[in-house]
Amino acid sequence: MSGVRVLVGTRKGAFILTSDGKREKWEVNGPHFAGWEMYHLKGSPLDPNRIYASQSSGWFGQTMQRSSDGGKTWETIGNKFVYDGVPGTHQWYDGTPHPWEFKRVWHLEPSLTDPDTVYAGVEDAAIFKTTDGGQTWNEMPGLRQHGTGPKWQPGAGGMCLHTIILDPSNPERIYIAISAAGAFRTDDGGVTWKPINKGLSSQYIPDPNAEVGHCVHHIAMNPNRPGVLFMQKHWDVMRSDDGGDQWREVSGNLPTDFGFAIDVNSNEPETIYVVPIKSDSEHFVHEAKLRVFRSRSGGNEWEPLTKGLPQENCYVNVLRDAMAVDKLDRCGVYFGTSGGQVYCSNDDGDSWNPIVRDLPAVLSVEVQTLA
Amino acid sequence: MIRVELPYHLRNLAKVSGEVQLEVVGEVTLRSVLDAVEARYPMLQGTIRDHITQQRRPFLRFFACEEDLSHESPDKPLPESVVSGREPLLVIGAIAGG
Repeated sequence: MSGVRVLVGTRKGAFILTSDGKREKWEVNGPHFAGWEMYHLKGSPLDPNRIYASQSSGWFGQTMQRSSDGGKTWETIGNKFVYDGVPGTHQWYDGTPHPWEFKRVWHLEPSLTDPDTVYAGVEDAAIFKTTDGGQTWNEMPGLRQHGTGPKWQPGAGGMCLHTIILDPSNPERIYIAISAAGAFRTDDGGVTWKPINKGLSSQYIPDPNAEVGHCVHHIAMNPNRPGVLFMQKHWDVMRSDDGGDQWREVSGNLPTDFGFAIDVNSNEPETIYVVPIKSDSEHFVHEAKLRVFRSRSGGNEWEPLTKGLPQENCYVNVLRDAMAVDKLDRCGVYFGTSGGQVYCSNDDGDSWNPIVRDLPAVLSVEVQTLA
Repeated sequence: MIRVELPYHLRNLAKVSGEVQLEVVGEVTLRSVLDAVEARYPMLQGTIRDHITQQRRPFLRFFACEEDLSHESPDKPLPESVVSGREPLLVIGAIAGG
């Protein structure tokens, strides 16, 4: 029987939550790496027992972990992330040039074709790649050096490359997103990159329609419909039907279109989920109600999903990498909160149940659908 | 035998309990001791000193014999008590954060 394994990164360790295909009863395992910030864990789509994890600490910096048995045991792998050549400068918060400095790994994206190949999105923003299972990491310098780098600037959370999407129909095409630079795409396997931010409008930069400088919070894509992208920008929920060449706003009737997380139903590519957050000044949910909003029309028309979620006195946030979908039918949707809850819906979002309520603040949620 | 006391999280990362004891070839300095620590426990590379600059991480300190050695030259010989193994070199994480 099929099952799921949910990989949860928190401010103080990692947790692994497992269930059968019904997704009603859960086994909770952890904390792994107790006390460390676990920004992201993700398994190889080719070998689900191969899991990569980003482990970091303000004291001890970045370390990296790999499991070959589904997260039961772990081994430390390479943690040397060195920018290619002379790193140069990006903009600091006050607009002055600031040298690129490696701080941490935000996101890991295992290859679709090789379990030893993984992409890493890091702060200060760059993309790295390993082809030896994580022992060594090399920057793909074409992104940082394509020309607009000196105009990139950090968002409140740092200048992070937080989203990496691999196109299953075209191994040469990769999408990435950076706060606060925007979205970028390569069509030649990472040698050259171009900004894909046309249609984005951001009032907090001098030219609201600039080529770069947009604080993109997250991008999601249903792998069965590559090229159709959904974006939660700082403010605005956006959609592109041409691989990011042009974006249009689909915030529609959302009560607020600020937020971090966004994802697409695995079985219904026009069904998307966001968690509206009140504002960039108050990073908690709108009206003290934890509501996932679902659109079944690819945006613009949204409905609140509330069954099983707290509808009063709730002041949590849901971060950009803290929502995931499984591949079962009906689609399972998962998200974790700054209050340490991890919620699961096993019915496309119609109803929700907490898997756990009291973890440390959740940084990331990924789910593996197991045969 | 040089004795080194690592902070809790680095002991876990290196999968050791208690003090680490090391043979150090040549002059016993902060640099040579930390080189020996990292050679035996490669997973600690980059966690005490920056990979490239070899600078001490800002939230770590080096203490020995009731002295703070954090700002000494990494090539200065360590106190005789550390060299002889009577006293450990302490790698300390700052008391900060939540």
